[in-house]
Amino acid sequence: MTRTTPAAAPAGLHLPRYLREDPAARTPVGFAGYRSTAVRAPLRTPVDLPHRLTEVTGPLLGEDRVRPEDADLTRRAGGEAVGQRIVVHGRVLDSDGRPVPHTLVEIWQANAAGRYRHVVDTWPAPLDPHFDGLGRVVTDAEGRYEFLTVKPGAYPWRNHDNAWRPAHIHFSLFGRAFTQRLVTQMYFPDDPLFFQDPIYNAIPEAARPAAVSRFDHSRTVDHWALAFEWDVVLRGADQTPFETEDDGDVA
Amino acid sequence: MSRLPLTPSATVGPYLAIGLTWEDGEFVVPEDTEGAIWIRGTVFDGNGDVVPDALVETWQADPEGRFDHPDDPRGAVAHPGFRGFGRAQTVPDGEFALCTLKPGRVPDGEGGLQAPHVDVSVFARGLLDRVVTRVYFADEAEANAADAVLQGLPEDRRATLLATPTDDGYRFDVRLQGDRETVFFAV
Ligand SMILES: [Fe+2]
Repeated sequence: MTRTTPAAAPAGLHLPRYLREDPAARTPVGFAGYRSTAVRAPLRTPVDLPHRLTEVTGPLLGEDRVRPEDADLTRRAGGEAVGQRIVVHGRVLDSDGRPVPHTLVEIWQANAAGRYRHVVDTWPAPLDPHFDGLGRVVTDAEGRYEFLTVKPGAYPWRNHDNAWRPAHIHFSLFGRAFTQRLVTQMYFPDDPLFFQDPIYNAIPEAARPAAVSRFDHSRTVDHWALAFEWDVVLRGADQTPFETEDDGDVA
Repeated sequence: MSRLPLTPSATVGPYLAIGLTWEDGEFVVPEDTEGAIWIRGTVFDGNGDVVPDALVETWQADPEGRFDHPDDPRGAVAHPGFRGFGRAQTVPDGEFALCTLKPGRVPDGEGGLQAPHVDVSVFARGLLDRVVTRVYFADEAEANAADAVLQGLPEDRRATLLATPTDDGYRFDVRLQGDRETVFFAV
C-alpha cells in the first residue's frame, strides 16, 4: 500500500538512513594549530539533528552546471597553462562502496607556482594568464570523475613562522543528500610539508591516508601527463525498506 | 560488510570564491517568482566581527513541504524554477542574501509535522568542517511550538534559529561563537 496523503505525515515514509560518523574519526571544526579557528569555530557541542526528509534529500545538480571544457584546467583564455600536466581521476563512492553517479564535483586550486587567481592572494609568485584554477565535472554512471590540470605549487601563509601549505586541490561534493555534503582538500603522496601543516594534521591520524591521492602510473600519458588517483567516500545509507508500515522509527 | 573509510573534510580556505561562485547561486527561485522572499543575514565571529569570506548554502522544501528528490516518496509539486538549493557568499560587505520561497511544513516521519525550516551549511576559512544550522521563521509561532527539534532546545537558545520578518523577507544572522552562539547541529 502506498501512503501518499499530503496533509498528514505518512508514518510509513521509507527514507534512507545515513550513517552518523564517529566524531573521533572526523576532522574537528576547530584545531588549536590553525589559528583562525580560534574565533570562528563554534565552542558549544552541536545538537544531534534527526535525519528527516530535509536531511536525506539534497540538490541533484548535474550536467546543466558544467560545460565540457570545465574538465580541462590546462587550456584557458586561448592558451596553455604552465606546469606539470596531471590527470586527476577517481570515483565518488559511499561508504558501502556504492558509486555516486551523476553528481557535481567542483574543484579549485593554485597554479603551478602556488598562486591563486584571487584578490586576497598577493604573495610574489607569478599568475598564469592561461590558468584560472576552476574545474567542474559530473560523475558518470559508475561514479567516475576525471580532470586534466597542472600540479599546484605549495604556497606560504601567515598561520605560523615560515608556514607553507602542502600542494593540494580543493574539492566540493554534494552526493544525493544534505547529510553527504563534503568540502575537502586532496593532497599528493609523500609531501615533505605535511609535518608542519595544521590543516593536514587536524585530520585524525587514521583518516589522513584518505586525504592523499595515489600516483597512478597506469593512467599516465606518454609524452603528455602524469596521473594521480583519488576516490572520495561519502557517508553510506541503509536503503533497506522497512518490513512493517507501523515502524515509527523512520526518517 | 566492511565499510570504506570516509574522506575527511577540510576548510574551504580563503579562496573559495574561485571554485564555488555561481552567477545564479543566490536564486533558489528567479526574483520575479510570485511569493519570492529574501533571506538576508550576516555571519559574525567570536569577536563580534563580520566574517566577510563565508559561504552560506541552503536546502529546503517547496511551499507544499515537498522535495524534488527520489527519496521524497510523495513526489514534488511543480513550482517553476524552484531549485530548493541556494548558495551565497558574504561578500563584499559581509551580508549574504538568498531569494527563495517560504517552505511549507514537512512531515517528521513520526506522524507529526515539522515547522517550516531551511537547512543551512556555513563554510569559511577557519572552519575545518561545515557548520550546520536551521532557519525557522519567527512568525510561525504555532508551527514552531509543535516542532520537536525547536522544542528540544532551551528557550534562550531557540531564539538563535528564528528569522525575523523584514520589508522583503526575513533576517537570519549567524553567530559562530559568543553568548548568543547560534545553535549548530550534528548531522
Ligand atoms: Fe588552498
